Amino acid sequence: MLQIDTWKRVLIWALVVAGLVLAAPNLFYSRVETHNDAVKAIETSGSTAELEAQAGQWPEWLPSDLVNLGLDLRGGAHLLAEVRVADVYQSRMEALWPDVRDALRGARDEVGTIRLQNSEPGTLRVRISNPDGMARALELVRALAQPVVSLTGAGATDLEVSGDGSDVVVQLSEAERQATDERTMRQSLEIIRRRIDEVGTREPTIQRQGSDRILIQVPGIGSATELKDIIGTTAQLTFQPVVSRTTNPNESAGSGNEVLPSLDEDGVYYVLEQAPVVTGEELVDSQPSFDQNGRPAVTFRFNPSGARKFGDYTAENIGSPFAIVLDDEVISAPVIQSHIAGGSGIITGNFSVEESTNLAVLLRAGALPAGLDFLEERTIGPELGQDSIDAGKLATGVAFAAVLIFMALTYGLFGIFANVALILNIGLIMGILSAIGATLTLPGIAGIVLTVGMAVDANVLIFERIREELKSARGPARAIELGYERALSAIIDANLTTIITAVILYVIGSGPVRGFAITLGLGIVTSVFTAIWVTRLLIVIWFERRRPRTLEI
Amino acid sequence: MRHLRLVKDDTSFDFFKHWKLWLGISGVMLMLAMVSFGVRGLNYGIDFMGGTTIRTESAQPVDVGAYRQAIDALGIGDSTISEVFDPSFGPEQNVAMVRIQAQDDEEAVTPETIAAVEAALQGVAPDIRFVSVESVGPKVSGELIQTAFLAVALAIGAVLVYIWLRFEWQFAVGAVLALVHDVLLTIGVFSEVGIRFDLSIIAALLTIVGYSLNDTVVVFDRVRENLIKYKKRPLKEVLNISINETLSRTIMTSLTTLLALFALFALGGDVIRGFVFAMIWGVFVGTYSSIFVASALLLWLGVKRDWSKPDAEAEANGTSKAKGPSAGASV
Repeated sequence: MLQIDTWKRVLIWALVVAGLVLAAPNLFYSRVETHNDAVKAIETSGSTAELEAQAGQWPEWLPSDLVNLGLDLRGGAHLLAEVRVADVYQSRMEALWPDVRDALRGARDEVGTIRLQNSEPGTLRVRISNPDGMARALELVRALAQPVVSLTGAGATDLEVSGDGSDVVVQLSEAERQATDERTMRQSLEIIRRRIDEVGTREPTIQRQGSDRILIQVPGIGSATELKDIIGTTAQLTFQPVVSRTTNPNESAGSGNEVLPSLDEDGVYYVLEQAPVVTGEELVDSQPSFDQNGRPAVTFRFNPSGARKFGDYTAENIGSPFAIVLDDEVISAPVIQSHIAGGSGIITGNFSVEESTNLAVLLRAGALPAGLDFLEERTIGPELGQDSIDAGKLATGVAFAAVLIFMALTYGLFGIFANVALILNIGLIMGILSAIGATLTLPGIAGIVLTVGMAVDANVLIFERIREELKSARGPARAIELGYERALSAIIDANLTTIITAVILYVIGSGPVRGFAITLGLGIVTSVFTAIWVTRLLIVIWFERRRPRTLEI
Repeated sequence: MRHLRLVKDDTSFDFFKHWKLWLGISGVMLMLAMVSFGVRGLNYGIDFMGGTTIRTESAQPVDVGAYRQAIDALGIGDSTISEVFDPSFGPEQNVAMVRIQAQDDEEAVTPETIAAVEAALQGVAPDIRFVSVESVGPKVSGELIQTAFLAVALAIGAVLVYIWLRFEWQFAVGAVLALVHDVLLTIGVFSEVGIRFDLSIIAALLTIVGYSLNDTVVVFDRVRENLIKYKKRPLKEVLNISINETLSRTIMTSLTTLLALFALFALGGDVIRGFVFAMIWGVFVGTYSSIFVASALLLWLGVKRDWSKPDAEAEANGTSKAKGPSAGASV
C-alpha cells in the first residue's frame, strides 16, 4: 500500500535540507555580503583587524553564496558593445606595407618602381610600373604569407594576393579573417575585464555575445557614461616616422602617410608615415614617473622584439624626428639624438600627475585592438532598484499568503501539506539560484511569484484526483495511491511543455527574459519535486501515524 | 470541517452545446485583434524601436507641459513625456518617463543627447533625479524584435511536436491553434489599450503559451483517458465528461495563479505592471481557450477512436474503472 522506502525518505529530506542550507545566507543578505567582501579583501591585500571583524560576521563553515541581484534590483550600468573587428584588417595591412615594399624593391629590375595606391579599407594596393613583372611580383608578395594559426584554418595562409591590371592587391584570407576576429574578440574581452578590475567593482559581468559583441554589466556604478569612460578609452600607442610638420590640416599627405594633430600645440599638424615602427602592443610595462625637469611623465619598456625594432630604427635615423602618437594625436615628436638600445623610454608632455597615472594604467592594460560601438546603454539608479526589491518582497509575501490561505481552506490538512511543500519550494529555488550563482532580476521575481501560483497546480491535480478516486469507494490509502499515480501523466505533460518554453526563452532571450526563464525553469523542477515527493512523504508519514478510515479532502 | 468547494462535485455542464458559436466568437475576436493591430499598431518600447527612455523623480509635481517645452527646445525629434502613478510612491516621489525617439541612422546612442535632455529637465525642476536611463540603438532593436518573434514561433513549434508525439495530430493542432489564438488576442489587447510592448512582454507571451498549454494538456490528458474508458460514447460526450471532471482543478489552478498575479499587479510596482497585466489576461484567455478553442477544434477535427490495447476490451462498458495507459495494475 502506501509505502516509501527508507532510502527514498532519507534522500528527499537530504535534498530539502541541502536546498534550505544553501538558501539560508540570503536571509542575512547584507551581513553575508560584508563577510564575502572582507574575505576577498583579505585574500588580495592582506588582513586587518577591521576586515577580520567583518569576515567574522558570518561563520566560515556555512555556505556563503548569495543570489546575485541583477542591475534592475541593485542599480548599475549595462552596455552592449560591438567590436569593429574590421579595424584590425586595416592595421594589419598598414603593418604589411613595409614588408611588401622591401620584397618588391629587391626585384626592381623585373617589376619596376612601386607605388602604394589608395584602396578600400582592409586591402593593400600596390602599383608596379612594369606590368610584365606581375607574375614575379605576385610570387614575391605571396612568399610573405604565413600559415593561419587556428584550428579551423589549418593549411591555409593568411594573405590573399591577386593582380588587378598593374596593381598587386593584398588582403587577408577568409580563414585568417576568422582567426583574427577570434583573437580580436578575446583580446577585447581580456582588456575590458582588466580595465574594469582596475577600478575594482563587485561582480561585473563581461560576456561575449554572438560573434562580435560584448555585454558588460557593472553593478553599483554611477552611470553608463562612467563605464564607457573606463573601457572606451583606446590608448593606442604607436611610434611613427615623421615626414614633415605643417599648420594645414588638409595637407595632402601622399599615399602611405597621414596627417595627425598635435596634442598640445594648437594648429600644429604632423605628416607621418602610416606604418608604425613599434606599437603599444609590444609594451611590457609602463609606469607614471617624472622627467628631468620634475614634470609628470610616463616611462615604458618594450618586449625584446619591440626593443630590437626600436633600437634598429633609432640607430638608422639619428637626426630625424619621430612621433609618439596616442589615440591619433601626436604627444611629442622629438628628434632622435642617439641610438636607443635596451627598449625603454619616457614619454613627456603636458600631463598632470593624474593623467600620467591613468595613461600608464591604460598602456599597461594594453590597447583595445579595435574600436567599440555601443549599441545599448542602460543605467539604473540604486534607489529604483531598492524600490523594486521592496515592491517585489511585498508582492511575493502577499501572493504567498493568499495562496497558502486559499489552499488550506480548500483542502484542509492536505492543503497544509501542500503549503509546507510550497514554502520548501521557494527555499529550494533560492538555494539553487545561490549555488549556481544565477542573477535574480525583477522579471525573475515575477517568475517566482508565478511559480507560487503554478506550483500548487501539481498538488491540485493530485488532490482532485484523490477526491475522484474516493468517490469510487475505495479505502483512503488506495485513493491516495491512485491519486498520485493517475495524476502523474498530466503533471508530467503539463510541466514538460512549460519547461520547453523556459528553455527556449533561456536560449534565445537575453537580459530580463533570461532571468525570468531561469527562475521559471528552476521553479518548475523544484515544484514538481516538492509536489510529488515532499507532499507524498508528508501524507504517508501522517497516514502511518493516524490510519484514518475516511479522508477529509 | 467543511472545505471550500468552488465547483460542485458532479457538474455536468454542456460545454459543447453551442461549440460552433464559441469557435465563431473566437474567430471574430481574432479578427478584431488583428484589425486593432493593423490600425493602431503596438506601442513598441525602446527594446524594439530604439531610442532612449529616462525615468525622472522629483519632489515637485510633474509638469508635463513644462518638460515638453524644455525638451522640444532642443530639437531632437519626437519625444513623449508621461507621468507615472503608483500607490507605492511616497508624496515626495513624482515620477515621469521621458522617451526620445532613436536619432536617425545612428548605430550607437549619443551621450550628448542624453546630457542635453538631462540639463534641460534640470532647468525645469532643479531637484530632478534620473533614476534610470536606458538607450537602445536601432541596430539591436531590429534584431531583438526578430529574435522575440522567433522565440514565440519556436516555442509554439516545439509544443506542436511534443503534443503530436504524446497524443495524436488532432490534439496537437487543437492545442497549437489555441495557443496562436491566445497570443494573437494578447497582442490585440496590447495594441488596443496601448500598453508599452517591450522585451518583458515577450517573456509574458511565452509564459501565457506555457500556461495555456498546461491547461490544455491537462484537459487533453483526461480526454485521452476517457476515450479509452468510454469507447462507445460520442466524442462530444467524452469531451464534456472530461472537461467537467477536470473543471474543479482548472478553476483552482487559475484562481491560485490569479491570486499571485493580482498581488503582483497591485503591489509589484509600476516597472513590471505591463508584464503582469499580460499574464493576468493570459490566464483568462488560456483557460477559456483550453475548453472553447482547443477542445472544440478537437470535436471538429474528430479523433481516432481505437485506442485500445487488445486486453482493455473487457472494460469497455464504461462502468468499471478504466485502465489509464500509464496505470498498469488493476484493482
